[in-house]
Amino acid sequence: MNIKELGHREKRFVSGHRSCAGCGFPTIVRNVLAGTKEPVVVSCATGCLEVTSTIYPFTSWKVPFIHSAFENTSATISGVEATFKAFKKRGKLKENVKFVAFGGDGGTYDIGLQSLSGALERGHDFLYVLYDNEGYMNTGNQRSSATPYGADTTTEPEGKLHHGKEEFRKDITKIAVAHNIPYIAQTACHAWNDTVMKAEKAFSIKGPKFINVLSPCTLNWKIDTSITVEISRLATETCFWPLYEVENGKYKLNYRPKVKLPIEEFLRPQGRFKHLFKPENLHIIKKIQENVDSEWKKLLKLCGES
Amino acid sequence: MTGAEAAAEAMKQIDPDVVAVYPITPQTPIVETFAQFVADGEVKTELIRVESEHSAMSAVVGASTAGARAMTASSSAGLALMWEILGIASGHRLPIVMHIANRALSGPINIHCDHSDSMGCRDHGWIQIYSENAQEVYENTFLAVRLAEKVLLPVMIMQDGFITSHAVQKVKLYPELNKFAGEYKPEYYLLNIKKPFTAGPLELTDYYFESKYQQAQAILKAKEEYLKIGKELEKITGNKYDLFEEYKLKDAERVIVTSNSTAGATKDVVDLLRKNGEKVGLLKIKLFRPFPYEEIAKALEGRKIAVLDRSESFGAYPPLYGEIRSALFNKNKTFIQSYVFGLGGREIFNKDIEAVFNDLKSEKQEFVKYIGVRT
Repeated sequence: MNIKELGHREKRFVSGHRSCAGCGFPTIVRNVLAGTKEPVVVSCATGCLEVTSTIYPFTSWKVPFIHSAFENTSATISGVEATFKAFKKRGKLKENVKFVAFGGDGGTYDIGLQSLSGALERGHDFLYVLYDNEGYMNTGNQRSSATPYGADTTTEPEGKLHHGKEEFRKDITKIAVAHNIPYIAQTACHAWNDTVMKAEKAFSIKGPKFINVLSPCTLNWKIDTSITVEISRLATETCFWPLYEVENGKYKLNYRPKVKLPIEEFLRPQGRFKHLFKPENLHIIKKIQENVDSEWKKLLKLCGES
Repeated sequence: MTGAEAAAEAMKQIDPDVVAVYPITPQTPIVETFAQFVADGEVKTELIRVESEHSAMSAVVGASTAGARAMTASSSAGLALMWEILGIASGHRLPIVMHIANRALSGPINIHCDHSDSMGCRDHGWIQIYSENAQEVYENTFLAVRLAEKVLLPVMIMQDGFITSHAVQKVKLYPELNKFAGEYKPEYYLLNIKKPFTAGPLELTDYYFESKYQQAQAILKAKEEYLKIGKELEKITGNKYDLFEEYKLKDAERVIVTSNSTAGATKDVVDLLRKNGEKVGLLKIKLFRPFPYEEIAKALEGRKIAVLDRSESFGAYPPLYGEIRSALFNKNKTFIQSYVFGLGGREIFNKDIEAVFNDLKSEKQEFVKYIGVRT
């Protein structure tokens, strides 16, 4: 597919929403929803995406949309999808319909994990899209279990004794894999083609699907609003955020950088990592690099690459 | 059959599109009985076996918004876990129907009956109907579905955990009620994909208050709709669906006000005392939200009243007493006293109820009197 063709697909999420300049998720939402021509019903967790796109009496959603609460987007879409089955059984609906749940990292890694796990295990026919901006950005940069090691957040700030987050993020994509669902993928905001391809594939598969998309937050990553795409690309070029998919248990790497860039390239433009570049903190960057290297090595093995 | 089975039997006749189930004592036999109906193909319902009550309520919110007639059931801690989503169900004006087998809240943990669960969420915008026995549970379910869909608000139907939910009673079923609920035809629903809409938007200072005002008006309107639908139901069952039940109340000097199974026990005591020539009576609460203040005030004015609450409102008047007392504000020659009983399933005996009627003679006022507690 080329970008011209993508531009001609039906726009299901339209402008006029109030997300920040340079925000990653509007691109992600449009690219995901471009992955099917069939009708789509969207459920969305409380968070940036929901609050910026549905300020009554306006909406940016041209498809049926439901927001209920923070931690329950998966349970909510379960009920919607069950209604679809009930209507089909009773002959009350002719059309085929696809179901998508969007959630941020707080609503997925943390407070919504149980609801997500339940819905994946029950086998509902839906696609879960995690837009991962690595923290509670809607409420002003609090730490989530998606926040990377070393990042300065308001609830785990850099201080005299501590240097920001002191734990590595949990691997939510692998948690999804552990549910033995038919399709799981990881992609990123800059990789439009990869995102659309993965959404298309996910929509073509019956059962629960999960896609984790890196979504830069200009405000709280403290980056210039013009470098959203660039910082997302650097996350992939440093192997901090690899693009891969797991189809029926089989891992496949979708992108391998020609030259694996050092992690500093991803960290340096971001204000949330600024303190790591003080001479006394350079060992932290080393620690992050070691973690990236070991995770990358593990992933290559899983993907059958060397 | 048991109260739990009566609830499931009514659900079978209604055959809702979607039911979300999660077990909790003493509600579990409701969803177990219904799950068997699903397994045997006696209903077409899509059953979602969720991983928590929070998800049960969330799933029925999703289903109801999608256009389904949706139901669930819970008790105690399960209802408490739903708390957040209860307000979303009512705030989004979703006609969900839920059975509650009343059980004490933790802690300490206790599985037996009291009303702290449903009383705790009395201000969450749900219509609340209390049921004395399995027969009422069964019939109230049909009324609830029609009422919910008429006023676009969720309804919970209460029965006493174990006392009603697990005790076997005679229940008369009405096959002709199969069609009573009719077809649910919402104006807006997610699966009407040609007419997309955004459910659950963000409403700020400029709209939220109006939404809440409309919700407040809607639940007040539910009172007259409850009576209208009750009249229709009466034609089939021959039973009355009044806002509350008056039992030998007309000439009663002393009256007990209570709800659910304790009202049944009180009827026996009233009969006994009446044989001795004592003018006593009962007012049994049925519709608790919306609360029929004026009608109750009219029925109780000038009597000596004991209000028996099976829940606490720590540091305040117990929930039912607070409402009755408010209703009687400015009414002359009325004495009213609060009694709290039966927390955590502590038995209340007929002799205790008799003692309340006797105590009323003294008109000795206390903030709250307790029945059957070691102080």
